[in-house]
Amino acid sequence: MFEQGALFYELWVSRWALLQGIGATVLISLLAILLGTILGIFVGLVLVYGRRASRFAVRLYVDFVRGTPVFVLVLASFYLLTQIGIQLTAFQAGLVALVVFCSTHVGENLRGALQSLPPGQTEAAKAIGLTFPQIFVYVLAPQALRQALPAWINTATEMVKASTLLSVISVAELMLATKQIVARNFMTLEFYLIAGLIYFLINYAIERAAKAAERRVALPS
Amino acid sequence: MAQPILQIENLHKKFKDVEVLKGVDLALETGDVVSIIGSSGSGKTTLLRCVNMLEEFHHGRIVIDGEEVGYSGPQHKARKESEIARQRAMTGMVFQQFNLFPHMTAQRNVTLGLTKVKKLTAEEADAIAVKWLARVGLQDRRDHYPGQLSGGQQQRVAIARAVAMNPKVMLFDEVTSALDPELVNEVLSVIKDLANEGMTMLLVTHEMKFAFEVSDRVVFMNQGRIEEEGSPEELFRKPKSQRLAEFLKSSKF
Repeated sequence: MFEQGALFYELWVSRWALLQGIGATVLISLLAILLGTILGIFVGLVLVYGRRASRFAVRLYVDFVRGTPVFVLVLASFYLLTQIGIQLTAFQAGLVALVVFCSTHVGENLRGALQSLPPGQTEAAKAIGLTFPQIFVYVLAPQALRQALPAWINTATEMVKASTLLSVISVAELMLATKQIVARNFMTLEFYLIAGLIYFLINYAIERAAKAAERRVALPS
Repeated sequence: MAQPILQIENLHKKFKDVEVLKGVDLALETGDVVSIIGSSGSGKTTLLRCVNMLEEFHHGRIVIDGEEVGYSGPQHKARKESEIARQRAMTGMVFQQFNLFPHMTAQRNVTLGLTKVKKLTAEEADAIAVKWLARVGLQDRRDHYPGQLSGGQQQRVAIARAVAMNPKVMLFDEVTSALDPELVNEVLSVIKDLANEGMTMLLVTHEMKFAFEVSDRVVFMNQGRIEEEGSPEELFRKPKSQRLAEFLKSSKF
C-alpha cells in the first residue's frame, strides 16, 4: 500500500506540489473575488446612477466581458497585454482576467438588486429630507446588498472554478499541479478525482460561510 | 387674514404630453385639515406629490411658510438637490404603501430622519421616537421590524416617522387604501387625533365618511382642476356640480 505506484505513496510524494497548488488557487480566487467585488461595485453604481455616456461605456464593458469565455479573457490578458507593452507575470495576467470577469458579474448583480428595490423606498427617504448620498448609504445599500448576497456567493464559487483556466498560461495553481503530478505517475483518474474533491471542498466551505452570513443579516418577519 | 402656511398657485404639471394638473390653486392656514377627493386620474395624488417635490411641475408656485419650494423666481428655476432635501423636511408624507425601511426596527425608522437630517443626538432622537410611537399606540412594538407588523401597525409607524420630524404640513396619500378593512380604523383614528390637535394636513382619501368628519374643507378634483371646494357640509350634502354629485353617488356616500 505504501510502495511506489500505490495511491498513498504517490500522494505523499506529491504533497508539497498539491499544497502549493491549493495555496495558489485559494490566493488567486480570494484576490479575484476581493478586487473583482470592489471594481464590480463601481460598475454597478455607474450602471444605475451614472451619466448617459459613462453608463453606455460601462454597459459595453459588461456586455463584452460577459459575452466572452473566461478562457479567452485569460489568454487575451496574457498575450495581448504584453503586445501593447504592459508587462505582467502569468499570475498577474491571469488575475487581471479573473478580476475583470468577476467585476461584470458583481456589477450586474448589484444593478439588479438596486433596481429591484421599490421606488417607494427612495421616496419615503426623500420625504423625511435625506439627501441622495444618505438615502444610498442608509436605505438603499443595506437592502440591495442583502438581496445581492446569494448571487454574490454564486459568483465567488464561479471564480474558484474559473481559476483552473489559469493553468493554460502556466500559473501553478491546483489544476496545473495536478496535471504535472499525473504526467509523472499516470494516475489520471485518482488525482483528477482528488483535485475535483478539493475544489468541491473549497466551494463547499464558501457556501457554508456565506449561508451563515445570509442568516445573520436576514430580516425577521 | 393670516398668511397661509401652504399656498399652491396656478400649478401645472404634465406627464409627457398629458396635462394632469391644469392650474390648481389651494391655500391652507395653520391648523387647517383639507381633504382632496375625486376619481382616480383626477390629479389629486400628483398634486400632493408636487407639494413634497416628488414630482416636478412646469408652471406655478408652491409656497410653504413663506418659502417657495422646489423652484425659485419667475423663471421657475429648479433649486439644488441639497436645498430641495432641506425643504422636503418641512412637509411630512405618509404613503399608500407605507414604505417603511424593512431593514430597520420601528424605532430606527423614526429616528433616521431625526439623526441624519435634524442632526439630533441618538438619545434625543430616541426620546422623540419613543414618544411618537407611544402616541400611535405602538410603545410595545418599538423593536419590531416592519415585516413583523400588520399593515395598520406599519402605517402607524409611518405616521410616527413623518410627524416626529415636526413638519409644518402633513401630507397623507390614500393612506388606508392598501389596508385590510378591519385595519383602516386604527389608522384613521390616529390621523383624527393629530387633526384635533391642530396639525395642518392635506389628505388625499377615498374614505368619504372620514373626510366628512375630519376635514375643515373638502376639495373635489376633476380632470386636473379643482371643480368644487367648500366645507364638508356643503360639498357632501349640497354638491353644486353634476360631476361631484355623480362621484358621491358612485362612492356610496
